[in-house]
Amino acid sequence: MASLAATFGRGAMTNGWTDIRNADVVLAMGGNPAENHPVGFRFVMEAKRNRNATLVCVDPRFNRTAAVADRFVQIRAGTDIAFLGGLINYALTHNRFHQEYVRLFTNAPLLVSERYAFDSARGVFSGWDAERRAYTDISSWTYDIGPDGYARTDPTLQHPRSVFQVMRQFYARYTPEEVSRICGCSADDFVKVADVITSTYTPDRAGTIMYALGWTHHSHSVQLIHAAAMLQLLLGNIGRPGGGLNALRGHANIQGGTDCGMAYHNLPGYIPVPKVGDETLNAFVTAATPRALRPNSTNFWSNTDRFVVSQLKAFYGAAATRQNEFGYRLHPRLPQSDGGAYENWSWAYIFDAMHDGGLEGFFSFGMNPVSNGPNSRKAIAGLSKLKWLVVAENFEQETAAFWRDDILSLVDLTPEDVQTEVFMLPAANFAEKDGSFVNSARWIQWKWKAVDPPGDAKPDQEIVARIFLKVRELYEQEGGTFPDPIRGLNWWYSNPTSPSLEEVSREINGWALEDVRDASGAVVVGRGRQLSRFLDTRADGSTLSGNWLYIGMFTDQGNLAQRRSTADPSGLGRYPEWTFSWPANRRILYNRCSADGDGRPWDATRVGIAWNGERWVGDTPDYTVDSAPGADLGAFIMLPEGVARLFVPGQFADGPWSEHYEPVESPVANPLHPEHSSNPAVRPFGSPFDTLGTAEEYPIVCTTYRLTEHFHYWTKNNPYAVQLQPEFFVEIPEELAREKGIANGDQVRVTSARGSIEGKAMVTRRIKPMQIDGRQVYQIGFPIHWGFLGRGAQRGSLANLVTPTVVDPNSFAPEYKGFLVRLEKV
Amino acid sequence: MSLELLRISASGSPAPGVRSVPAVTKLVDTTTCIGCKACEVACQEWNDLPPEPTTQTGTYQTLPDLTANFWNLITFNEHDDSGTLRWLMRKDQCMHCSEPGCLIACPAPGAIVQYANGIVDFQQDHCIGCGYCVTGCPFDVPKFNPRTRRVYKCTLCVDRVSVGLQPACVKACPTSCLQFGTKEAMLEIANRRVEQLKASGFARAAVYDPPGVGGTGVVTVLAFADQPELYGLPRDPTVPMAVSFWKGPLKWIGNLAMLGGLAVAAIHYVRFGRKEDPDQIPNPKDQIPNSTTRL
Ligand code: SF4
Repeated sequence: MASLAATFGRGAMTNGWTDIRNADVVLAMGGNPAENHPVGFRFVMEAKRNRNATLVCVDPRFNRTAAVADRFVQIRAGTDIAFLGGLINYALTHNRFHQEYVRLFTNAPLLVSERYAFDSARGVFSGWDAERRAYTDISSWTYDIGPDGYARTDPTLQHPRSVFQVMRQFYARYTPEEVSRICGCSADDFVKVADVITSTYTPDRAGTIMYALGWTHHSHSVQLIHAAAMLQLLLGNIGRPGGGLNALRGHANIQGGTDCGMAYHNLPGYIPVPKVGDETLNAFVTAATPRALRPNSTNFWSNTDRFVVSQLKAFYGAAATRQNEFGYRLHPRLPQSDGGAYENWSWAYIFDAMHDGGLEGFFSFGMNPVSNGPNSRKAIAGLSKLKWLVVAENFEQETAAFWRDDILSLVDLTPEDVQTEVFMLPAANFAEKDGSFVNSARWIQWKWKAVDPPGDAKPDQEIVARIFLKVRELYEQEGGTFPDPIRGLNWWYSNPTSPSLEEVSREINGWALEDVRDASGAVVVGRGRQLSRFLDTRADGSTLSGNWLYIGMFTDQGNLAQRRSTADPSGLGRYPEWTFSWPANRRILYNRCSADGDGRPWDATRVGIAWNGERWVGDTPDYTVDSAPGADLGAFIMLPEGVARLFVPGQFADGPWSEHYEPVESPVANPLHPEHSSNPAVRPFGSPFDTLGTAEEYPIVCTTYRLTEHFHYWTKNNPYAVQLQPEFFVEIPEELAREKGIANGDQVRVTSARGSIEGKAMVTRRIKPMQIDGRQVYQIGFPIHWGFLGRGAQRGSLANLVTPTVVDPNSFAPEYKGFLVRLEKV
Repeated sequence: MSLELLRISASGSPAPGVRSVPAVTKLVDTTTCIGCKACEVACQEWNDLPPEPTTQTGTYQTLPDLTANFWNLITFNEHDDSGTLRWLMRKDQCMHCSEPGCLIACPAPGAIVQYANGIVDFQQDHCIGCGYCVTGCPFDVPKFNPRTRRVYKCTLCVDRVSVGLQPACVKACPTSCLQFGTKEAMLEIANRRVEQLKASGFARAAVYDPPGVGGTGVVTVLAFADQPELYGLPRDPTVPMAVSFWKGPLKWIGNLAMLGGLAVAAIHYVRFGRKEDPDQIPNPKDQIPNSTTRL
């Protein structure tokens, strides 16, 4: 999501599940949608059946998606950027890119700063400090800014420092032969699929990319997704029906979680968390509001102040007054750590701090960190240092039971050694409570409780509310260091111990606290009315909205997330009255790009929006509805340039665009630049559990994945799911199995520098040995769904015993895919 | 559509009152099946079948074969198509043959019936557990449960179909590779898909609807139809010779002595069966609501 937001302006799937049916080419790469999104995959099948679409699958394994794909290419885990770089180069050198689209809608014409450079021999961008082994100054990763404060441009794309020309030169290294050398596929296979994928560069064709955790689980994941975004921009596939870069979210509500501030560095609505140093509301808002980089660009984040103040009113209610800057003074700020950087409280850092003894207690809701975080042994050791642990779950799981001797023995501890007090709270599951799921397509879909939770199980909101009320009571009785934020929290719900989610939903959408007036003084939203438009929010405390992005979901018309109309005026499967899609019920993001410079759709059979002379019609336009196409507001209204970023100024920690780096554990040194083989911006952790292996000791590339038969670590409690996939297994290429004397069904052991895991061998032709930079390399892989608790054969087969705590420097996602192991028969 | 009978095992005369109703058919398009197994569990849940004990034997396939409690199995086969790997997934289940070898082989009156809509159904109340249907089936589908001493298989969700619903597996299938309707409609969709496959390079694609058993109530689109064995399907299934041979004489039980041990066993089981259940012919209307199917 970090990548999509920096490139396009919003961190979400650009199109939507139902729109995939409109594609001519579907590239499934970095995801295995047939396996992990079987229901959504129906739209791929519709595209195949009804449009004769071509499905291309690129993956380390011949998987379930490959089984129904028209083309399959096997690549080595962790080399996707090389493959995508090859596609970018192929499109540019064969003139298979959509020139007019690129000129109109991307930053290709903008000039790059003179100070920007890339040392292709060493593999580092300008600003690299060789001594400190870090990017210490990334100010050169920017545009050439003119005296007017705007970026200079060359609409002909000919200027040698235009993004277009710099990009062309940068990716010229990614020839089919180089792709083959790095990825292990043949140059010939690469060219064949490159031809199919780039065939969508013409206005009458559209292609989509579907990806998921196969792209996000790398130490260069954000750059990887950016490379795919660049490709789709070059092909003119963003913003168009049948196109897009479609991030498939792995859980029913993970998009909702991200939208609503689940990541430590964001507040709901992708407002950055205030930092120490942002001493006043004004300072914070100024820091969070980008300056326009082109004269007419919409730069929608210029409204940050309205969204922030409305949110503070939702958080602190009556306690948010003009005097205390609408509660900003009550609000927590991200502290600085000793080194001067802001503290990082993403997953891997939480467990690193826990392992260091820096945490007293930990709440785990709907999470099983022993199983689903990287490097399980480090997580177990970390939990053993806590004073208390609260786990709210449907079933007892490995985290709540980490103190068992079979689990603790993994870190050479016994239950007597551990003082952690563990509370296991039975939580209701999704079917046992109302609420909403926000799916990959940004649809906020209401759901209704199907059954009551069993026994003492409670819905999460009740658990949280009861803890909060008790904490507030204690603050009220005992004072405490800074009781005001807790005492002032806006807890207005009619049932404070178990807030109704309808009420929470109304609050997230927000309402007018006073009459809201327009510039002429006319009332646009009466006091007490629900908001229905973003720009009806105000920065003067007269509106309240928990998450500006969801405005329109719960208006005076009611809870639109409950809508279930299948009316489809577009005929393209947009279903505008099925639930509510953020933002503003827009079904395809950046849809201004679906029409040309004059507002005419690129393809009359697949209209996103069209200019009818007075206004934009079709989908909710991602553009001011009555601004003529020539107004030049920019098709990417969330970005200060107004155009999508091929070159990303100053957003990423590891470069302005995507270079191939090897996984941190790799069988070869980077063939492009061995000196900086893996992502130089990655910061290693230093605990004794954070060990890395070498190719000599651990010669095999390994990857982890999920199965359609199971959902994470949860369905191992379901007898039917257990029946379908009863035991942990390791997929092994035939040739490797032969070398090791392993037969199908034998017991094998996989060992990495972190730990080892045992299970049944599945000997297969679906993973083939590869030639990488002249060497034979094997890949193996295994699914994640087993552990210590649950039904069936749970033999402690925790996949993450072997994965490393190595994380991407932007998204902090761990490298679960593409690490090194050795394999033996038990 | 009514659930009137077309054919009854070990019964000389056809059932009375047969009206002309369209045959129902399930389409299985193996080229769009993703092996998700939603159909496997939907089948078990609808039919109240318990989960089977399974172990990992080095395959994605749930079980090596259908069982008495598992009537819908996706088979997974890796196939090297001159250098291009294929992973072929096929839904294995009762094919609901027009000429059902099981029914023809069955010596127990009324244990196997064929409804006018083509569904072949076992009536376990009348089953004598002799297992002849197992031999009679060219697809190796019916499975004997040693505990109940009865034979079981897919019913094509006759209970759902008879009240206008589609079979549970079809309802669950996310990719629509399973569809349900009249035979005519299903063949039309299947043939269209075959044309599409041929145009995209699968020259040998065809619909599997074997004439040796009179056609089947489950038609299958195969990309490599010239090699049905790749999918675990027989090339030219027919009712086995032995079954066709003795089904005639069976009517004349007195002559069976000539057939030796096999026939002796048959007589034994026929008698045994009758002792257990004196009803001659089942009336499925007692058990299954009779109504019209919306197709
Ligand atoms: S539900 Fe459909 S797609 Fe899934 S395995 Fe069964 S037949 Fe195949």
